[in-house]
Amino acid sequence: MTTKPLDPAAEHLLRELAPQVLGAVMRRFRDFAVAEDAVQEALIAAFMQWPQEGIPENPRGWLIQVASRRMTDHVRSDVARRHRETAVAMEVEAAAPALDLEPDMDLDDTLILLFMCCHPALTSPSAIALTLRAVGGLTTGEIANAFLVPESTMAQRISRAKQSIKTSGVPFRLPTPQERAERLPAVLHVLYLIFNEGYTSSVGPELQRLDLAREAIRLSRSVQKLIPDDAEVAGLLALMLLTDARRAARTGPDGELIPLTKQDRTLWDRTEISEGIALLTAALAKGSVGAYQLQAAVAAVHDEAPRAEDTDWPQILALYELLKRMSDNPMVTLNQAIAAAMVHGPSKGLELLRALDADNRLAGHYRLDAVRAHLLEMAGDHEAAITHYRIAAGRTTSIPERNYLMTQAARLGENTTGHRSDHSSC
Amino acid sequence: MKYILMMNTMRAGQGVIEWPKKDLQAHIAFMIGLNKELRASGELVSAEGLSFPDQAKLVRAGKDGLPITDGVFPEGKEFLAGYWIVDVDTPERAYAIAARASAAPGPGGAPLNMPIEVRPVMSGPPPETL
Repeated sequence: MTTKPLDPAAEHLLRELAPQVLGAVMRRFRDFAVAEDAVQEALIAAFMQWPQEGIPENPRGWLIQVASRRMTDHVRSDVARRHRETAVAMEVEAAAPALDLEPDMDLDDTLILLFMCCHPALTSPSAIALTLRAVGGLTTGEIANAFLVPESTMAQRISRAKQSIKTSGVPFRLPTPQERAERLPAVLHVLYLIFNEGYTSSVGPELQRLDLAREAIRLSRSVQKLIPDDAEVAGLLALMLLTDARRAARTGPDGELIPLTKQDRTLWDRTEISEGIALLTAALAKGSVGAYQLQAAVAAVHDEAPRAEDTDWPQILALYELLKRMSDNPMVTLNQAIAAAMVHGPSKGLELLRALDADNRLAGHYRLDAVRAHLLEMAGDHEAAITHYRIAAGRTTSIPERNYLMTQAARLGENTTGHRSDHSSC
Repeated sequence: MKYILMMNTMRAGQGVIEWPKKDLQAHIAFMIGLNKELRASGELVSAEGLSFPDQAKLVRAGKDGLPITDGVFPEGKEFLAGYWIVDVDTPERAYAIAARASAAPGPGGAPLNMPIEVRPVMSGPPPETL
């Protein structure tokens, strides 16, 4: 079947409506797993029909109609299968009040769904896939393509995730303030992972992949609208914007990584930077500083430097020291080591790295060797730097990263005059 | 995290082709079942079986850039018989799948315990900064 593609505005509308429609269908039929499938079918129907027939006058109502029809079909066939026609049919009638069109419930629904999809019972990949489908309104095919797995594999992963949620017996309602406080970090982490996946893989053959970074920003924007008083939600959105702003400068024409110090800063997106900084400033003023806000602040310091050599490293170092006090995470120490080297010289940074050698969480992680190589190069020990660039190249699982690290080693091998530092924290 | 699981066989000796029908069928059913399981668990990215090694050609470019093919291989060499690419949460899970494949039934239904080479596919996951 050949169809015109849906225009971007209509597609955006569909994605915004997806969780609202799912919420409405859920409240009528209560079964999350089946309702989610029905909404997916309604979205696909819209993708097929809207370009031909135009957007219906009440798109939300249209989608609810189609999804509800699918639900009814499903329940009917279920009934037939179970030979309990009368009893279940009555149950369906009772569970399906008149089409509800209370728009004020919609926004809450998006939040409820997001908390459901980022359920602690799920692994990150499952939570990500389910969030993109149920809250993001993406099709299974698009999600599968984004993660380079077959559609059937992604479909299985999603249906298993829904099964886990069902087994866990989470009710479909807004989490209490206490539950919300407990579970918000998991929700933000899933959004962060979606962003990270999209941002770091925007190279080469992946060019036609769905833009996960943009999708993460869109989802975070809606969460921020729904929970405007939470400083960390704003911090996460700011972090995404301030990082995404450098996207065009981050890779060369063939997808090769360009480190922060070598990026063409005129390519940075000023609109995203000012939006990110405004969000961050407002968030910090609330006085409950968190890890995302601090990360965003580091990104902002980089973004505000007209040239690499203008970077306010003492401020970045101070931010990482704060971050370290807040979370016991070896990745923070790695970044702190780079900042310390820029402020106090490489030996200070290498000293911080030595403390990480005993940390099991980083054992065999390429980033430790990559940073060590970089600091050794700064210290003028090129032979040791080459060794660690090569160890790091052998340990990373990303091709662009491996190419970058091998090239660093090769460059040092050829040219012992010693370049100014360029590090891959981009 | 994606892993490739490579199943190697010797050119001679481990010839499935010479097994009794019952053993052959058990082996084939096992492999089909394993793929079904991996598909159902949402972990299978792809799985392919390769033709027998006697169909293999070794190709090199000659001075003119045209292919020069060679079809004679040393007897003792190991050949790739097939592979799976799986997308799993941990390396341990990839090893567990490899162990299952390794124990595929051979002659008399006894597990073959063949070596399966497991290696990460260069596809992320991206480094996390938090």
